[in-house]
Amino acid sequence: MTPLKERLVQLEVLRYYPDTDTEAHFQTYEVVCQEEWVVLDALNKIKADIDPTLNYRWSCHMAVCGSCGMMINGEPKLSCHAFLREYEGVIRVEPLAHFPVERDLVTAPDDFMEKLKRVKPYVIPKEIKPISEGEYKQTPAQLMKFRQYSMCINCMLCYAACPQYGLTPSFIGPAALTLAHRYNQDSRDGGRKERQEVVATHEGVWECTFVGACSEVCPAHVDPASALQQMKITSSIDWIVEHLIPGGKS
Amino acid sequence: METFTTDVAIIGAGGAGLRAAIALAETDPRLRIALISKVYPMRSHTCAAEGGAAGVIKPDDSFDLHFDDTVGGGDWLSDQDCVEYFIHEAPKELLQLEHWGCPWNREADGSVAVRPFGGMKKKRTWFAADKSGFHILHTLFQTSLQFPTITRYDEYYALDLLVDDGRCQGVTAMEMRSGELRQIHAKAVIIAGGGAGRMFPFSTNGAIKTGDGMAMAYRAGAPLKDMEFVQYHPTGLPNTGSLLTEACRGEGGILVNKHGRRYLQDYGMGPETPVGQPQLKTMELGPRDRVSQAYWHELQKGNTVTTQWGECVLLDMRHLGEKKINERLPLVRELAEAYLGVDIVKEAVPIRPVVHYMMGGISTNTAAATPLPGLFAAGECACVSLNGANRLGSNSLVELLVFGRRAALSAIEHVQGLPAPNAAALNAHAEKTQQRIGELFSRTNGTESMSGLRREMQETMEKNVGIYRTEEGLQEGVSKIHELRQRYRRVKLTDKSSVFNTDLFQVLELGSMLDCAEAVTVGALARKESRGAHQRLDYVERDDRNFLRHTMVHHQGMDSPRVDYLDVVITKSPPGVRDYSGDHK
Repeated sequence: MTPLKERLVQLEVLRYYPDTDTEAHFQTYEVVCQEEWVVLDALNKIKADIDPTLNYRWSCHMAVCGSCGMMINGEPKLSCHAFLREYEGVIRVEPLAHFPVERDLVTAPDDFMEKLKRVKPYVIPKEIKPISEGEYKQTPAQLMKFRQYSMCINCMLCYAACPQYGLTPSFIGPAALTLAHRYNQDSRDGGRKERQEVVATHEGVWECTFVGACSEVCPAHVDPASALQQMKITSSIDWIVEHLIPGGKS
Repeated sequence: METFTTDVAIIGAGGAGLRAAIALAETDPRLRIALISKVYPMRSHTCAAEGGAAGVIKPDDSFDLHFDDTVGGGDWLSDQDCVEYFIHEAPKELLQLEHWGCPWNREADGSVAVRPFGGMKKKRTWFAADKSGFHILHTLFQTSLQFPTITRYDEYYALDLLVDDGRCQGVTAMEMRSGELRQIHAKAVIIAGGGAGRMFPFSTNGAIKTGDGMAMAYRAGAPLKDMEFVQYHPTGLPNTGSLLTEACRGEGGILVNKHGRRYLQDYGMGPETPVGQPQLKTMELGPRDRVSQAYWHELQKGNTVTTQWGECVLLDMRHLGEKKINERLPLVRELAEAYLGVDIVKEAVPIRPVVHYMMGGISTNTAAATPLPGLFAAGECACVSLNGANRLGSNSLVELLVFGRRAALSAIEHVQGLPAPNAAALNAHAEKTQQRIGELFSRTNGTESMSGLRREMQETMEKNVGIYRTEEGLQEGVSKIHELRQRYRRVKLTDKSSVFNTDLFQVLELGSMLDCAEAVTVGALARKESRGAHQRLDYVERDDRNFLRHTMVHHQGMDSPRVDYLDVVITKSPPGVRDYSGDHK
């Protein structure tokens, strides 16, 4: 039995307390970690053994609850999925970019929550069917059309990565738009028209400049960039049908 | 202290809480609903459930079979009227989720697909790859967004129930962002606060699962039922404790010891079945309690594999092939690769049992009502006595839905024609919360560290209340937890600030866990038999004469709790032998 390898890790963590701090400052911690740990494990050890006043969110430790997004060496990451073995030297930990900081590594997701709601992320049924008549049939191929887009864990890393959201906070942003796309693509749903009012606007897909950073940072492999591109194409087709094809307006 | 007034307050916004909220909003659009949670709904631990949700839908299946599997799986400690209600509601609830957009896996013809699961005689587990809980949670959360009568209180930490005139009439809570205390007056309260697996050091449970809802009800006078029944999931990653779903075995994965032997055949779950052809309700598809107990025996015999993370057995899925693994078990592959460096396509993965689920909880009846009028509970925090002494995998995701909805319907019934609340009395009760929190902040003689006490609690639970238990160990567990509860009164709050003070929340969560831990240890010591997940080396047989009944633990302040019992409801299935030997007799 080989013992687990240990390593002394230096973390530089951004601290901010709104009542007393005029601005945020870095605090450095040195903590003995196991080689195989993630950044979250290091933070938990600091919290338990060194500094109980350090604040951050976390829960599942398996990259599915989406609580623990933060900037690690400048990149948006889930801290439960940021492996120490991938970092050398001092590791810099900051709150998720583009969101107001409540305290330390805790940001306020209000804007994201509001946008999520705005895209109507629920089935607006094509046809009403009572439960007693069983399930809506959906083939595996129909499922595959939207399944990838249903994997979003709402961790908001894509918002922290998106330069457009940084510049134009009214942009609905990658995750919420992708969720609209997810329902638009669902064979059970007939709500695309309703969602278009929100989605096919200058706060919606047309604000996206297709940098693709959202897809790069997504820990759930959702690929919001492709969702947004597909939405732009369907929105364009809508426009063509409405404006260029005689009698096309339905 | 600011006061909000609502009709029904729900504490916890995971699967059960969201299902309750939607049922309330749909059934009576005039009702005001307050949905309170210490985390944003999507963070709730429902998201971590992987394998699926059981409901009879296929022509070869029947309600009777689901009934028998559940009652036998629970070692006859389930209330059979509850099981009966549950199995009939289950398919309706799963269909409802389907209508709301849950991305269930499908058969080629577009109907919902089902997979095999442990202890189930038929394939009846609906699944969305191996992220079933995640999809259920997000489907519910997203669906809930269309109801304007649901007011969410995200990141409000619920503190104490407000009980007046013999009825539960609300709750106090702290807005975590500001540290401000609030009262939420309600005609009925539904607790859906989840389990308490974090009492143990090695658990599949997320950090938030600290039994706050259970403890809150318990302190307010509602008894906790059958708390000694703690489920170990047989297959957790040995370092992080992350869950590798039972679907690994449902799809055909096998468990082997260091000699390559499929050791489950040595523990009443054989004879061996062909590799890659899983047979229902035997070998790797035995129930969780038995499979976890077999690990313990292998450990005693020296048959486990020594790894850098401790003693393990091996879960081998290589024969499933990459295609099936990617289609059915993508999360499992990712987890094993990321956290352990093992690609399950190429290697067997070392695993060991890990604390997963509390069968026990706030005592409720089939209507999801607690003995305290106005208080309802659903989900893991409740013990409606569906799962008995051992829950079958894939029954709990459905339990959230069935009893979340049932709690809502019961609450609606309860709120009709209630007298107006006595605001002055409620204010006076809320003052007590304020004093309790105030005392924590002003305490100057705090000598005990939160993390130190928490570590001692977790070590005690693991050492004395694990898979196998003894009188001596349980005695030690009971006195140690009692001691820790006393010492908790001197716990030191280091962070005295108001904004998002997680030091404070961890101190409060520790208090909840200690209350739950006391109920677990006391219940386990008093139950002098072996049944389901409660196994005693000194009382190895099930004892139906004395213990075919539920343990009820009543809070007595700082004193040891009072224990009494409630008979199990048997309607049609008298206690029998649990047989997991397949078709071979």
